Amino acid sequence: MKKDEVPQDKSNLESANFRELCYAVDENGEYTTVNSTGWDPKTIALNKAIEDINQRVEDAKQRVLNNQTSPIEYYMELHKMDLPILASYVGLWKWRVKRHFKPQVFNKLSINLLQKYADVFDISIEQLKNIELHAN
Amino acid sequence: MQINFTHHQSAHCENGVISNLMKHHGFNVSEPMAFGIGSGLLFCHIPFLMVNHAPAFTYRALPGIIFKRFAKRVGIKIKREKFKNPQQAKAVLDQNLNNNNPVGLQVGVYNLVYFPDEYRFHFNAHNLVVYGKENDTYLISDPVMEDVTTLTDKQLEKVRFAKGAFAPKGHIYYPVDFPKELELESAIIKGIKHTCRDMLAPMPVLGVKGIRYTAKLIRKWPKKKGVKKANHYLGQIVRMQEEIGTGGGGFRYIFAAFLQESSKVLNKPELSNLSKEMTLIGDSWRDFAVDASRIYKNRSAKEDAYNNVATQLEVIADKEEVFFKKLKKAIQ
Repeated sequence: MKKDEVPQDKSNLESANFRELCYAVDENGEYTTVNSTGWDPKTIALNKAIEDINQRVEDAKQRVLNNQTSPIEYYMELHKMDLPILASYVGLWKWRVKRHFKPQVFNKLSINLLQKYADVFDISIEQLKNIELHAN
Repeated sequence: MQINFTHHQSAHCENGVISNLMKHHGFNVSEPMAFGIGSGLLFCHIPFLMVNHAPAFTYRALPGIIFKRFAKRVGIKIKREKFKNPQQAKAVLDQNLNNNNPVGLQVGVYNLVYFPDEYRFHFNAHNLVVYGKENDTYLISDPVMEDVTTLTDKQLEKVRFAKGAFAPKGHIYYPVDFPKELELESAIIKGIKHTCRDMLAPMPVLGVKGIRYTAKLIRKWPKKKGVKKANHYLGQIVRMQEEIGTGGGGFRYIFAAFLQESSKVLNKPELSNLSKEMTLIGDSWRDFAVDASRIYKNRSAKEDAYNNVATQLEVIADKEEVFFKKLKKAIQ
């Protein structure tokens, strides 16, 4: 990549006001570094990934409202987590966390466990029990 | 209290921390040098692991290992500590800062508040330097950022004790012992040899063979996984290749810069020619990313398009195979 070929496309980096560093060769063939504001192919890939996550969150929300899963799954998706990550944050076995996705199991969870989940998601127990209370 | 520390932006966090800490201690080590000596370049299709609901690819060596190899090869000693208890982790950090010693920390990205929201995934192998503390605020030099920044002690504790794969566990590290002069020449040769060995490894998922393996899977994805998943997986490859920190082209450009610098240190002009060749291979990776992005941009992709990018990857694999064989010969 030549120095003047380093892409300067619009990207989500702009919001944080920072530019990433790229390596490129100058006119004499010497390597140098150039700041880049972004590159479309990867911005598209990132946006797609975010779209996917939003879709997953929306799906989970619908399933919570239909009483097919517990709010834990919704908050897990909202925080871009998957089962191994969430299990590691609450410090429980994966199968236990998965079991807590069942609404009838979730409804019987102890205050202690609920508090653990609420802490991980940085919300109150009321919000954990009722996803409508969560502003987002 | 603030340590007199100069922040230099780098492409990749781990190399950047190495380079910045070395510069602070009076050794001028560039980012590509740190990357090359630590044998950072790689390709691996990590089997069985799923990241963000897609297969995991990496273009670089495992987190932490670059610094480890670098230290061993140039003859510096690093002290590393991990903690169970956040209070203890904080105490050790504060003590180091009081001793005027800037330290490297491994952190998780998800709760790193100064990152753009879109980039905050559960990725636990980010590195930064803490170079001071004012009241409850730590002064942070994050190598991928243009400028220095800050985190409160609560925010720092959160990222130091992020959970999931590669959980940092408060990992703190800093060089403690330096030789009079760095043994750059032998270190460079060791670094290059190791990279050649990795890239030419007779393992199905590693190096050149790993690239071919990925290409083979790409051909199967649209039929086996459906277009939606195939596109998501393809997007994952491009993101890993071009994510912040790679310097573009899946670290290939940084490696080319390393070869160029090494050719001067070792006085071997053939490395400079190989550097040019690596730059062209980097360009091929970029072209691959452009074509792959066309596929996941238009949801209705033809199967032909997948075969096309798979072929591109195979061509890259062939080029890299030839390249690393030549490189191996060049340093013998």
